[in-house]
Amino acid sequence: MTLLFNILAQGVQMLLVLALAPLLIGFVRKLKARLLRRKGPPIIQPWLDLIRLLRKEVVLAENASWLYRVAPYLIFAMIWVAASLVPTFATGLTFSWSADLIAIIALLGSARFFLALAGMDIGTSFGGIGSSREAMFGSLAEPAMMMIVFTVSFVAGTTQLSEIAAYMVANMELRASVGMALVALLIVAIAENGRIPVDNPATHLELTMVHEAMVLEYSGRYLALIELASALKLLLYLSLIACVFFPVGLASHDAGAEAMMIGLCAYILKLAIGGGALALFETTTAKMRIFRVPDFLGAGLMLGLLATLLVFVTRSL
Amino acid sequence: MPLYLALTCVSALLTVSIYAIVDRRNHDVSRNVYRLCTGLCGVLFLAAVMPRGAHVVSTTLPLGLPWIGMHFRIDVLTAFFLAVVNLGGVAASAYAIGYGAHEKEPMRVLPFYPVFLAGMNLVVLADDAFTFLVAWEFMSLTSWALVLTHHHEEENRRAGFVYLLMASFGGFALLMAFGVLGGVGGAYDFASIRESTKEGWKTGLVLALALVGMGSKAGLAPLHIWLPLAHPAAPSHVSALMSGVMTKVAVYGFIRVVFDLLGPPAFWWSVEPMTFGAASALIGVLFATIQSDLKKLLAYSTIENIGIIFIALGLALAFKANGMALPAALAFTAALFHVFNHSLFKSLLFFGAGAVLHGSGERSIERLGGLIHAMPKTAILFLGGCVAIAALPPLNGFVSEWLVFQAILLSPALPQWTVKLLVPAVGVALALSAALGAGCYIRAYGVAFLGRPRSEAARAAHDPDRWSLAAMAVLLTLCLMAGLLPSLLIDTISPVAKDFVGGRMPTQAELSWLSIAPIAESRSSYNGLLVFLFILFSAYSARWVIHKFGSARSRRAPAWDCGYIETSPMTQYTGSSFAQPIRRTLGAIAFSVRERLDMPAPGDTRAARLSVDIKDRIFDYLYAPLTRAVESCAAGLNILSLLTIQEYLALVFAALVFLLVLVAI
Repeated sequence: MTLLFNILAQGVQMLLVLALAPLLIGFVRKLKARLLRRKGPPIIQPWLDLIRLLRKEVVLAENASWLYRVAPYLIFAMIWVAASLVPTFATGLTFSWSADLIAIIALLGSARFFLALAGMDIGTSFGGIGSSREAMFGSLAEPAMMMIVFTVSFVAGTTQLSEIAAYMVANMELRASVGMALVALLIVAIAENGRIPVDNPATHLELTMVHEAMVLEYSGRYLALIELASALKLLLYLSLIACVFFPVGLASHDAGAEAMMIGLCAYILKLAIGGGALALFETTTAKMRIFRVPDFLGAGLMLGLLATLLVFVTRSL
Repeated sequence: MPLYLALTCVSALLTVSIYAIVDRRNHDVSRNVYRLCTGLCGVLFLAAVMPRGAHVVSTTLPLGLPWIGMHFRIDVLTAFFLAVVNLGGVAASAYAIGYGAHEKEPMRVLPFYPVFLAGMNLVVLADDAFTFLVAWEFMSLTSWALVLTHHHEEENRRAGFVYLLMASFGGFALLMAFGVLGGVGGAYDFASIRESTKEGWKTGLVLALALVGMGSKAGLAPLHIWLPLAHPAAPSHVSALMSGVMTKVAVYGFIRVVFDLLGPPAFWWSVEPMTFGAASALIGVLFATIQSDLKKLLAYSTIENIGIIFIALGLALAFKANGMALPAALAFTAALFHVFNHSLFKSLLFFGAGAVLHGSGERSIERLGGLIHAMPKTAILFLGGCVAIAALPPLNGFVSEWLVFQAILLSPALPQWTVKLLVPAVGVALALSAALGAGCYIRAYGVAFLGRPRSEAARAAHDPDRWSLAAMAVLLTLCLMAGLLPSLLIDTISPVAKDFVGGRMPTQAELSWLSIAPIAESRSSYNGLLVFLFILFSAYSARWVIHKFGSARSRRAPAWDCGYIETSPMTQYTGSSFAQPIRRTLGAIAFSVRERLDMPAPGDTRAARLSVDIKDRIFDYLYAPLTRAVESCAAGLNILSLLTIQEYLALVFAALVFLLVLVAI
């Protein structure tokens, strides 16, 4: 019975992240529109778009290979798995131990690998631009992310997300190192999700696109999968920030249905706050030049390293 | 029994070499030699994995120097490396049954190839300094001969020269290392070296010499310069052996000397392997990212992976010196796991590069493209190798890197500040090299295999023969197995860790669902199999839902590319344009890159020209002054050849007095 309940909870989480991800995108878009004094599309618009795309016929470029057709499924599956391994409303779900934080980041790396390859498959110059820039961002964002992992796991003594969250709930105190790690994580999250100021999710201006350039040739269900995957990735980063740095209200896996409902409400509230902050930030900043991005990410990397060293120093004093 | 079996196989390998010379007129000689090598390596692999009865098996043969004889021994470490060497040997020989037939001058490969294999096996089996060094030189010289297979090309002759120079330098360092270890008494068998007491200065000296000697063979920066020249110059199956296996033999030598012969470590021993390892990881991956020659790219990536192995070994030394058995076992296991992994996927990738070279005649990725259509089978296998080496889950490269990270995360418990502060810096280097490595293989695969063909040769490429494909497929299967079921491999390594660092990781087979947890499940755990199944399940369920409720139709049309598609395939992103962002952001620090744009004035119809100069700083600042110094010394010493007889006699007398004084002190 307990096992059944546990598997059910895990299944609920998988479907929950899937359902919420496009809504989060819709929410951010709506809020951005309101901040610009436009009315904006309804929050469920991304879902409507996805459903429309799923029903459309795919137009494949003439020399697209099998990799191009398999990649969307792989990318979607990898990010979905990663997103459902991050605690959202409850910690310690049945399969949460199958991958720790490092493995989750590496799963996102795998998704990036295939997306960049798919961008190069048709042999257009835009695809190449996108892949090349994505590879550059990735090779700076991933080490920064590893430094954040170092900091957090030095503090909590584990790389299991559920255990980290449990530790953070039990030891609520302000730490300079954790604060720096949070700032670094925000920088990484913005870059990884291609938000302003690194990339503009709404742009189709040729020379500034990164993510959009890679998926330029995709259409129909493949495009839908990739859009859904990038929505899931944004949700994943917000869940990650929420569960490591603001683990308020997270239920334990054996806490029963009531605690889980509270956890769920807290989670949705956290997502709303995170999405709101993102929309506010995006409307008040301008996109930066492409070769300023390494400096931006380098700042994240250095902050992460500094946070790690700070933990080392404070630990042994 | 396994030891005698192994030694018999090694002598059989030597005989195969003689057979190759005797039977050189036969058309089938190449096929026969490689078949025999495949079989013998297979038997050697079995000898490594078969139960030995005793924990350690050793024997002495009345060969070599009469007062020493030749000592051979199999212990857990030897058995592990014997398995790695011969797994690579089986794969390379099987690959060559098909691939070797295309060799234009088979007599420049066939006699040396079996001796090369035998040399590597003997290094691992040796149990005294003399045997070790003889086998080591056998390995070096035969591989040098193999590098010179295509000696008509100027570039290869230079590679051979640099390799010979570095190999003799490394061999010299090893000679001195064993000389210091053996002492004046001259007890050169490993058993007496193990027993002898070592003073502080001795250990420091031997450590430095071992690092130079083994490191120069493994390709540790800054002794790596020969590797990207020599490894690609050899035929591809030999490149695979050199990169995938011979560098591991050097790692074995380092472990044997530092973890075994030198006795209990001090914490400062860990500094050198970690520093040079981190430097190698970064230098290797950065140069790999900008290479356009596929085989050179792979050779630079070998340097990166050797760096990762040395980082893990350094960590193991630091933990062992502080008596932290469990973390030491974790770091040591990570190192050996990566040794195994790298030997698999690097061989696989070199085989793939060989297939591309044979199928299209091109090594430069700038003239390839679209091979996924022309060489579909090679494309899948090569992709698997790329995912594995880029340390992406669920394949095996990720597991060993994950283990190294877990070892790094245990470092705050180390008491010494030097190591404590070094480890996070090493961690950054490792994370950077992992991320850059992924980018490097996106570029390699994307430019060579995807897109549209950039040359007629790439369009007309074809898959290699069945033997070559089978060798690659077996290696990829092993990569997948090691990635999905890492617990089996960790449990295989754990006796080695117990003997060499004094601790062992918890038995992984006892954990549920075949997951791995280095310390405890509450600390960190990973389950490659489950992650893989989840990905498959999610992908298939998504596909099922979409095909059922959405649409499953598709149609082919010209690419869109924002409305205008250029017809020339030369307008695609090339390897150098792909690497441009990395070159621009990290180039100034890592390598001296100079980009010059020659832009014609308005109205001038001449073509614009962009030229990029890339230089290796290590070469400019370390090797070039060294060469100059040697040359000026040689020029200065020239006067010695023009002295009178009295002056010569005076010189001899002075030298004699000097030596006598030295002995008296």
